[in-house]
Amino acid sequence: MLTRLGHHVNGALQRLGFAARFFVMVLLWSSQSFRRLHLTIREVYYAGFQSLLIIMVSGLFIGMVLGMQGYETLQRYGSADALGVLVALSLVRELGPVVAALLFASRAGSSITAEIGLMKATEQLTAMDMMAVNPIARVVAPRFWGGVISMPLLAALFSATGVFGGYLIGVVFIGVDEGAFWSQMQASVDFRYDVWSGIVKSFVFGIAVSLIAVFEGYDAQPTAEGVSSSIKGTVVKSALAILSLDFVLTSFMFREA
Amino acid sequence: MAADHLVEIRDLDFAYEDRLILNGISLQIPRGKVVAIMGGSGCGKTTLLRLIGGQLRPSRGEVLVDGQAVQRLRNDELYALRRRMGMLFQFGALFTDISVFENVAYQMREHTDLPEELIRDMVLMKLNAVGLRGAHHLMPAELSGGMARRVALARAIALDPMLIMYDEPFAGLDPISLGVIGHLIRSLNDALGATTIMVTHDIQESLLIVDFIYFMSEGKIVALGTPDEIRASKHPFVHQFVFAEADGPVPFHYPAAPLVRELLGKSAYAQP
Repeated sequence: MLTRLGHHVNGALQRLGFAARFFVMVLLWSSQSFRRLHLTIREVYYAGFQSLLIIMVSGLFIGMVLGMQGYETLQRYGSADALGVLVALSLVRELGPVVAALLFASRAGSSITAEIGLMKATEQLTAMDMMAVNPIARVVAPRFWGGVISMPLLAALFSATGVFGGYLIGVVFIGVDEGAFWSQMQASVDFRYDVWSGIVKSFVFGIAVSLIAVFEGYDAQPTAEGVSSSIKGTVVKSALAILSLDFVLTSFMFREA
Repeated sequence: MAADHLVEIRDLDFAYEDRLILNGISLQIPRGKVVAIMGGSGCGKTTLLRLIGGQLRPSRGEVLVDGQAVQRLRNDELYALRRRMGMLFQFGALFTDISVFENVAYQMREHTDLPEELIRDMVLMKLNAVGLRGAHHLMPAELSGGMARRVALARAIALDPMLIMYDEPFAGLDPISLGVIGHLIRSLNDALGATTIMVTHDIQESLLIVDFIYFMSEGKIVALGTPDEIRASKHPFVHQFVFAEADGPVPFHYPAAPLVRELLGKSAYAQP
């Protein structure tokens, strides 16, 4: 029993160590991702652009729900005019980076893991290595950077469509004063404090999700079950990483509030 | 004289975790020849190819390719050496996201700055050599097993390698494709002036095309010779292999407890 526990802990630690070494390798072999920029741009297209629809539709719905719930609560205290602030702050500080990252992990992260895992299972990575082309430089690093670049942009678009959703419900349907909605938002949302924190968060989430996705794929057992369990690993570990990192980052960023 | 051998392996051991897979292997692959390494599944043949390609490092012994000790090369030196090697994987390992043309052009684009027209001509010539010039626009998923193997062969010879390695080139092919691949292995080797190492268990096809055969069993070389010597061999292992007998030095049964004991309930499956 104790031996088995020790064995598990040992295995987990070894894997963590391997992941850390892998991260360093990816960084060391990243120069090609920028010298041959089309490799990375292609990944921004696959990971980022192709996630736009799910990100924007989800953002719109979350914004609309925020509009309804926010109005419902605020009007009890006679401060329905502050709806714009509530919607914008919730999105920019928290929901934008976090929900966009969760969606990104399940939409793009899982497909990156599946692609790299299947390339490994069908010996494509080995073949590349035998052709004197480093698979980390050629396959892994561009996908990693594609994800890191896409994530803040997607989070920003998520927040923007969310604010629009809140506006649609609050102003157009419920009838909150339009001037108050926008001007209060403009007055209360600070760029450095709120927006910048959101960008930093989504950048950190982008690194975490992309690293988990490429690592799970690269480290997959080269079988059907192995790849499927790696995909599951990407989604689960990304979600846990996003939520725990969010807690840590929030506690550092918004201390005086 | 060492220079006559493109590949030379001396007293090689390879262990994976605690399991010894290769045990004291020594062999030479002369320049310009087609050499087969044969043996049953799981005898360490593919591992041997990976050691020659530098993807694995031996536990003991030396692998020399063109005079260079593969296990001691730095990463960039190893990559420089691999540019002069071509390898055909068991199921082709074509890149599934790009077309047949781009698969063959891959190394030319990665390793050279050749103009597009020249790459086009070279790719079409390589595809022509394997009879698939007309299929250059297809995606790998649209190819049959035999065609995919031929495209992978065109990709392996894209940069005119000095050494071509084949991992089970005949596995899972119909008799016609099998003959085609066998013929290509021989003719491409001679046309390119290359050296070929072929790992396979297809004895009949190999006897027709190779110059020399090494037989492996349980991580050791057990027999060697030219095709004629192999056909005439009285060695029990070779005999079993050539005549495809079910039982012999290579046992039919995987090692297990006696059947009677297992059936009487003292099963090996019981919890320890």
